[in-house]
This record gives sequence, C-alpha cells and structure tokens, in this order.
Amino acid sequence: MAQFVEKTGRTVEEAIAEALEELNADMDKVEVEVLEEGNKGIFGLIGSKPAKVRVTLKNTAAEAGKKFINEIIEKMNVDATVEVEETEDTLMFRIEGNDIGILIGRRGETLDAIQYLTSLVVNKGREEYMKVVVDIENYRKKREQTLINLANRLAERVVRYKKPITLEPMNPYERRIIHSSLQNNKFVETYSIGDEPNRKVVIALKA
Amino acid sequence: MKELLESIAKALVDYPEEVEVKEIEGEKSLILELKVSKEDTGKVIGKQGRIARAIRVLMKAAAVKENKRVVVEII
Repeated sequence: MAQFVEKTGRTVEEAIAEALEELNADMDKVEVEVLEEGNKGIFGLIGSKPAKVRVTLKNTAAEAGKKFINEIIEKMNVDATVEVEETEDTLMFRIEGNDIGILIGRRGETLDAIQYLTSLVVNKGREEYMKVVVDIENYRKKREQTLINLANRLAERVVRYKKPITLEPMNPYERRIIHSSLQNNKFVETYSIGDEPNRKVVIALKA
Repeated sequence: MKELLESIAKALVDYPEEVEVKEIEGEKSLILELKVSKEDTGKVIGKQGRIARAIRVLMKAAAVKENKRVVVEII
C-alpha cells in the first residue's frame, strides 16, 4: 500500500526535492532509495547521466501502531512479536508469542483495551479514520465461534423451556455476533437490555 | 509499571514532555499518579472515562505479573 514516486534530476538532491514536493512530505516521513547516482559528465556535456531516486512515503499509521504495541509488550515483559497487515481502511495487528494470555485477559478485556488505545494512537492527528483490529493468536476468530455455539445452544434451551435467557454482559462487538447468529432463527428473537458496560443480550421466544 | 504507564500516556497526548508519573509503593499495592498537561487531560480520560478505563485495564494486567494491586490516579 506504500505510496512512492520515482524522480530524475541533475543531482540526487534535486531529484529528492522534486519527489518530496510531489508527495507533499518532509524528509523524516519518507524513505529514499537512490536508483542512479547520476553523473555530471565532462564539462556537464559528454556522458552526463541524470540521477534517479525512489522516494517512498513511510506508512506512519501502521508504524505508529506497531511501535505502540511493541512498547506495551516490552514493558510488560511479554515475549511476543507484532505483525501488521493493511487494507484500504483497516489496520490489522497480530500478536504472537509465549505466555500471552496476560495480553488477552478475562473475556478479552485486556485485548480490547490494547485495541482501543492503539486505535487512538493510530488515528491521532489523522483526517481519515483507520479502523484498528488487534488480534492475538486468532483469539477473535475462536471467540466468535464460541459465541455462535453458545447462542445456538441457548436458543434451543429457550425453545425447550419456553423461557427467555439473559446472557452475561458483553461488548457491542460480541453482542452483534449473538444477534446476527440468531437473526434467521424461526423460533427465537434477541434484544439487548441494560447500559454499557453491563449491556446484555436476551434470547426470547418469538411472540 | 511506571514506564509502561508513561509510554501509554506519552503516545496519547499532544505534549509528551509534560507527562509525569509518580510511584507510591506499598506492601501489596502500587499507586501511580499520572500527571499530564492541562490541555491533554481529555486525552487520557476520554468520554465517560473510556480511555482512563482502558489504561487501568492494561495496568491491571501488567500488575498481575508482579503480584500487586495497582491503582492509577489521574491528577
């Protein structure tokens, strides 16, 4: 996704200056690769060759997020690494390592805190909002499957005993998984009650 | 613990040089007093204390490893 331009000029400096202008960036926001040193030639005439550079805009959002997560990991003395994947409007950070349950916490509480703070750091001073997802060894995917299984199991129980069931408090993201996994169920309906952060999903028989 | 809180706060605020963390250590608990520039107060507290809550959750996780109870005060 990195944005870059290639420019030629009489000297390397000139080529870089032109590239910076086109990218509308400062020197500290870019990486410069000299493709051709250029050669003034004899008397600037014979054998002169233009300099050529490739100037790449550093991906500051992804870098800032990675740096932030790395600092947390390091200061918590956790042995882990971060990889970042970027799509058009989302940054996906994946943490892998040893003994990283501590970074997940009870029901993903710590992981959600890391994700929220990273999103603030990444979007600080940005005009376009980047969605940030932080995942640890596929915790999010596994949790999603657990919640879908739970929803289906509880829905069966609601039908069997004809009594509504209230789930434990969940964050908006997890509640949405429950709602959407049961939205096509013919026998039950779902809704939420209570206020954040204690909002809960209720599974009830369809009226 | 102190450095962790410092890093988090510095990454969130506009004036990182004004971030200060004071550590008050007891036998079982640790109090961390976080001080930021006046203009940055909102950046570490957030709407309805959402940012402060996330910071505390993270600090608590770090404290588990050290077998301590941690209290984060924003002053």
